[in-house]
Amino acid sequence: MNRLTDKVAVVTGGAMGIGLATAQLFADEGATVVVADLTKPDLDALGPTVEYAELDVTDEAAWAGLVADVTSEYGRLDVLVNNAGVIDYAGIAEVTPEDWARVIGVDQTGVFLGIRAALGPMRAQRAGSIINLSSAWGVVGSEGVAAYQAAKGAVRGLTRNAAITYATDGVRVNTVIPGWVTTPLTDRQPPEKNAEVIALTPLGYGAAPRDIAWGCVYLASDESRYVTGSELVIDGGLLAR
Amino acid sequence: MDNLTGRVALVTGAAQGIGHAVATALAAAGAEVTATDIRDQSDLGDHIRTRSHDVTDDRRWREIVAEIEADHGRLDILVNNAGVSGYDDLHDLSLTEWNRIVGINQTGVLLGMQHALRLMRAQQSGSIVNISSICGAVSVPGVAAYHASKHAVLTMTKNAAVSYAREGIRANAVLPGWIRTPLTLGQTGELNGVFLDATPMGVGGEPSDVADAVCFLVSDRARFVTGVDLPVDGGYLAR
Repeated sequence: MNRLTDKVAVVTGGAMGIGLATAQLFADEGATVVVADLTKPDLDALGPTVEYAELDVTDEAAWAGLVADVTSEYGRLDVLVNNAGVIDYAGIAEVTPEDWARVIGVDQTGVFLGIRAALGPMRAQRAGSIINLSSAWGVVGSEGVAAYQAAKGAVRGLTRNAAITYATDGVRVNTVIPGWVTTPLTDRQPPEKNAEVIALTPLGYGAAPRDIAWGCVYLASDESRYVTGSELVIDGGLLAR
Repeated sequence: MDNLTGRVALVTGAAQGIGHAVATALAAAGAEVTATDIRDQSDLGDHIRTRSHDVTDDRRWREIVAEIEADHGRLDILVNNAGVSGYDDLHDLSLTEWNRIVGINQTGVLLGMQHALRLMRAQQSGSIVNISSICGAVSVPGVAAYHASKHAVLTMTKNAAVSYAREGIRANAVLPGWIRTPLTLGQTGELNGVFLDATPMGVGGEPSDVADAVCFLVSDRARFVTGVDLPVDGGYLAR
């Protein structure tokens, strides 16, 4: 229960789903956690080492403010989990410029802004772990979800690029690739769409948010000190078919 | 040589380098080619129609595709080749520069596919080739926005392939390695060395090498090929 003792972590989109589970496990493992989200989670349930900061991940100035606040309060930033994400289900032919821009803004540009903001303290302290959430749909094609697929693919490229560029600065950057996970996002999807993905999953059921969060704990901890630029697939075998 | 007689093709970024070679090769194979670029394309010759085109401009895409529709009634081939690089490290990259590169390399590809799909879905056939890069699969230091956008092109291609396969439309990506073009020749010798030293064949490729791959993918010989990433890279990605 002390795999992340003394680490200071920021988890975006930490108010629900995978982000919330990650914040909870990070706290259980001894980290100080800042949940950065547009909505506030139940902090009483998360315990005394978890705090909330309002953050729109597409807001460059808000990122600078958040990182300044964290480093002035705790003196460092060890872990950033870029988890905040939105989805749109339209295909290439139908997606509107507004929906395209919104999804790319949150899922892709938000990750870029987060990495860039965290690199300040992480390069200065010559240590850090950045974890970016992509998706099985950042790897293989699916019908519809055009903007989400583009953004999640871009996250993999951005992760590799940051990993290679900042490896000698002591900053590790990795991607986590969830398959189908029970979250508020997937709860809102049509049941038949969910059933379709689960039917394709060799393990035969969807992940719980904690299944993804455990992967984030590993990548945040010193257990993964030699791991950078990698992609941790947590998908019940979906991509291995 | 593949016979593309009567096929109607649109190639972006055709003023130089890979796009120039692709437009020339498609025309040589018999296709009716419209070549577009923001730069001068006067050396492409009389048999290729050239149009000025900023690929981030949705309205201009509409005009160009409408003109093709009016003249030919169809569009068989789209090659989304236009692209730019930017060499800033991630920590130095401004949001403005990020948006510029993602706009051309990624949103430009979306717009091209959207406008082409309008005709291709109506005719229930078509072949789209998106030019990604070895940087769409792996990375070198720096050049952050380029890596992100070229990775995005690969997933967008697979998305198009899966979404429109049953409508007779194929979508594939080509991943050039280091190719001798004005873009790469404008790069620092140091950066070019990074790529060339890591290329098993030990030499760079020519634009015609990429054009040959595109000609295969748009031809009927590739009728069962969709959603693939075809590297033309001297072995770079196989290391």
